[in-house]
Amino acid sequence: MQRALTLTDTAIGKKVVMALSGAILVGFVIGHFLGNLNLYVGEASMNGYADKLHHMPVLLWGTRVLLLIAVTLHIVSAFMLWQRNQRARPVPYKMRKDIATTYAARTMYWSGPIILLFVVYHLFQFTFVPESGNVFANVVHAFSHPAVAAIYIVANLALGFHLFHGVFSAFQSLGANHPKYNQARHWLALLITIVVAGGNISFPIAVLTGVVHL
Amino acid sequence: MELRSNEPSGPIEQRWTEHKAHSKLVAPNNRRAYNLIVIGSGLAGGAAAASLGELGYRVKCFCFQDSPRRAHSIAAQGGINAAKNYKNDGDSVFRLFYDTIKGGDFRSRESNTWRLAELSVNIIDQAVAQGVPFAREYGGLLANRSFGGAQVSRTFYARGQTGQQLLLGAYQALSRQIEAGSVTMFPRTEMLELIVHDGAARGIVTRDLITGKLDTHIADAVILCSGGYGNVFYLSTNAKGSNCTAIWRAHRQGAAFANPCYTQIHPTCIPQAGTYQSKLTLMSESLRNDGRVWVPRKKEDVDKRPEDIPAKDRYYYLEERYPAFGNLVPRDVASRNALYVCNDGLGVGPEVDGQRRGVYLDFKDAIQRLGEDVIRDRYGNLFEMYERITGENPYKTPMRIYPATHYTMGGLWVDYNLQTTIPGLFAGGEANFSDHGANRLGASALMQGLADGYFVLPFTIGNYLGTVRKLPPLADDHPDVKRAVAAVEARVDKLLNAPDPKHAPEYFHRKLGGIIWHKCGMARTREGLQEAIEEIPKLREQFWREVKVTGSGEELNQTLERAGRVADFFELGQLMCIDALNREESCGCHFREEYQRDGEAARDDEHFQHVSAWEWSGDPEAPTLHKEPLEFEYVKPSTRNYK
Amino acid sequence: MSDQLLNLTLHVWRQDGPTDNGHFETYQAKDITTHMSFLEMLDVINEDLIEDGKTPIAFDHDCREGICGACGMVINGRPHGPQRLTTTCQLHMRQFSDGDELWIEPWRASGFPIVRDLCVDRSAFDRIIQAGGYVSVNTGAAREANEIPVGKLDADLAMDAAACIGCGACVAACPNASAVLFTSAKIGQLAMLPHGQPERQDRVRKMVAQMDAEGFGSCTNHEECEAACPKGISVNWIGKMNRELIAAMATAKDEVEVRGK
Repeated sequence: MQRALTLTDTAIGKKVVMALSGAILVGFVIGHFLGNLNLYVGEASMNGYADKLHHMPVLLWGTRVLLLIAVTLHIVSAFMLWQRNQRARPVPYKMRKDIATTYAARTMYWSGPIILLFVVYHLFQFTFVPESGNVFANVVHAFSHPAVAAIYIVANLALGFHLFHGVFSAFQSLGANHPKYNQARHWLALLITIVVAGGNISFPIAVLTGVVHL
Repeated sequence: MELRSNEPSGPIEQRWTEHKAHSKLVAPNNRRAYNLIVIGSGLAGGAAAASLGELGYRVKCFCFQDSPRRAHSIAAQGGINAAKNYKNDGDSVFRLFYDTIKGGDFRSRESNTWRLAELSVNIIDQAVAQGVPFAREYGGLLANRSFGGAQVSRTFYARGQTGQQLLLGAYQALSRQIEAGSVTMFPRTEMLELIVHDGAARGIVTRDLITGKLDTHIADAVILCSGGYGNVFYLSTNAKGSNCTAIWRAHRQGAAFANPCYTQIHPTCIPQAGTYQSKLTLMSESLRNDGRVWVPRKKEDVDKRPEDIPAKDRYYYLEERYPAFGNLVPRDVASRNALYVCNDGLGVGPEVDGQRRGVYLDFKDAIQRLGEDVIRDRYGNLFEMYERITGENPYKTPMRIYPATHYTMGGLWVDYNLQTTIPGLFAGGEANFSDHGANRLGASALMQGLADGYFVLPFTIGNYLGTVRKLPPLADDHPDVKRAVAAVEARVDKLLNAPDPKHAPEYFHRKLGGIIWHKCGMARTREGLQEAIEEIPKLREQFWREVKVTGSGEELNQTLERAGRVADFFELGQLMCIDALNREESCGCHFREEYQRDGEAARDDEHFQHVSAWEWSGDPEAPTLHKEPLEFEYVKPSTRNYK
Repeated sequence: MSDQLLNLTLHVWRQDGPTDNGHFETYQAKDITTHMSFLEMLDVINEDLIEDGKTPIAFDHDCREGICGACGMVINGRPHGPQRLTTTCQLHMRQFSDGDELWIEPWRASGFPIVRDLCVDRSAFDRIIQAGGYVSVNTGAAREANEIPVGKLDADLAMDAAACIGCGACVAACPNASAVLFTSAKIGQLAMLPHGQPERQDRVRKMVAQMDAEGFGSCTNHEECEAACPKGISVNWIGKMNRELIAAMATAKDEVEVRGK
């Protein structure tokens, strides 16, 4: 049977889906991080911010639905590509040496699922079954357990690696590359990674070291 | 055997046009009824198969490589000539024709050579339209350079990869026809026999190189574009797989072989480093523009570091012997002089089989004069290649070069239609003897392959088919077909079951190459050739007695492939030496020590202004000679002088 | 010209045919001079194997000057071996040291089924070109070569892409066995030239569809292909191909039909 080729039929098209859904998720993690900076301002600011979000149901739910769609597309595409790539080399090399690739690129299929598990955990902890109505107190309380802090730190390291390769890579997948700007692509990926992952990691550390406290 | 060149008469510039106007055609809707076989997928074969497919014939194309894109045309570096006169420097079809005839030392057919020059311009148009990325000037128009001592800039080029780009152009055109279903491609398939029926070429027997299966393919015409036979020397700049089997099988079936002794030796190749060496690598001749060729004056200096040899002890032999041309003497002169100084014990580099075979090509003066950057700009990629192969840095120490076999002007005898002496069997490109005479100009090989493939064969095949009309069908079990298959089976069997198997085919190939190189190479003597003619049959006998091929015929067996090719080189090598001995003159690349005047090649137009076309007699040691006289109406034969 | 002799241990992948499981066999390469090419070293081993009555190692090779693209094997985990911008046939033994242990494997990808030992079937590349890697211009129908000017820079860039030799090292090097570098080089070359414009959208869609149909993996931007490419083809061509495909899908006036799943 013959049918028309669509972009998403192709492996390149699936990468485009990953890049676009990834861009939404990158936008979200940046916004989420910026919102969390309220932690450093103080309890009133943090809780006020949370309260404000809850009083804008259209924005809140709109974002949630969009994120759910993006996450689903991102994961489904990734899974389909992963399957294709598994089939593409059924017999592995006895020895292989990588030259150009990065640790971040090689571990995308690890960092992705780690982030997914972490997000589920994170949602349960602060969104689905929060300890109390006081967001600031919930966060400080949670992070003062070293084990919980460790989970957040590790998960954000994974997020960092995922972001670094993801941001760099998305431009190429969308065809938005040019020898002139490739270096800039690299720095942008690094900047987003350091700011978001580094910033997120700073929160549990700040709580543990007593910089932020109740 | 009668050699009828079928050249049209009349003014030379009208001949091809007139010929086309009065030839037979096949109507478009009838073309589907004709099956054609093309052997080889290089410039000539790829272009012919694609063009014939476009016309609507049913074409089968065969190559021994795993893909038609790998044919050895791909390795041509320099460029392709065309009489476009884009440089306004006075080029014309006549001038290209004249240069080609003169370059061939008046041993080619005027009509064919004119046609080649005439078609050269169409080739460039075709290639550009295919997307071949030729070098351009800032204004967006095609760039040209002067090549091989030509007095006009008529060479088109794509970096140092012109052959690759033209081949890929032809390959892409071929791919389009494969997709369209008009051409069926058979990669990793080798032609091992020609099927002749009722005096006409009607098909081939092939071996699938993966499964070893023998197949027959019946057709209305067979076109051989299988390249040259330079690998008869074992070491050459040809690809390892380049072989003469297709043309040699055709020769044994009755196709005359013309001028086998015309083999071109390229002066600037990287010398052999050891006995294990499998091939020689050519470096562009352009290096001689800035490099100075020398050897030590004293034998005791040959193993010194070149930097330690003072200027007075360096023998710049080309500059001393040929003050007018110096390092830019023609290919054959440069090659021969390298041979002489090495024979005198002045060669440099490692000793291989007891002799140092190499001369220095020194860029020190050029670097001092122009600066290293300019030299890097001009030859950077060549210097890199040299360093990769030899491990020496030519910016610091002189390169070592030595001549190597590069191209064979001889090949199957063809008439003006590129038809061999077997009706229905055509030969194009390096496989035929057609247009270069006794020597080929730089940047003309690509031109000839493509002219034959794109513009001559598609037309002359139509003329043949239109003349013979529809040939009667030939069944796979016809005695002529079965005989051909049986011959191949017997041969494969013989190669696999030598009575006293001892050595791999390479062992014999190296020995054969040694004989041919030393005795039928750059400078030939009567005694040497006579010795070779004695030695080759002995070695051939030893080969058939002692060749060792492991494995079976029913699998991928690269040793068996090579053994079959070496077996054919033995017979061809014999014919080369016989032809070289018979041609008692020096012309172009064929230099006989006995025939020189003041150290220059002495042509004998009175006795040898002819094509020597050899007919297979059944005995490789006693072929039958036929002569096609050459007449020169438009270019008067003259003598070269480079002193 | 210092001649140094090497003794090496080679573990070579031997496989009788596509359905055979294959295994490594160990050979000792003795007194190998550093001036030998890698393939000449294998020639020497093979000649010894033949004289011992054994089956020599099958490997593809032809021009031995780095341009035909026939040769290729993975040497110690790197396609074409340790030297950058170098095909296996141009790799010389001076890149190795005495006592080295070498693992020699074929290109591994389901798009390149193994034919025998180190020979693989790369006809998938031919089919990708057949799907549209050409300009549809019949012989004789071309117009005067200089009629359409092509900017020098565009011509140079097209030449950069056209330098691909179709060896398959990009697929071999890619962690996903993806063929995007090869495919994008041809698409990119023809997209840079005015002569390639009429079929530009059709070409990219058909070639990409064929590339996928051959079972190659997807690009995940490791850029290993560029690092392994003996001709230094840039990954920028992959971005260019992605751009071409997206644009073609968004604006093409017709649809390309593909076989249903």
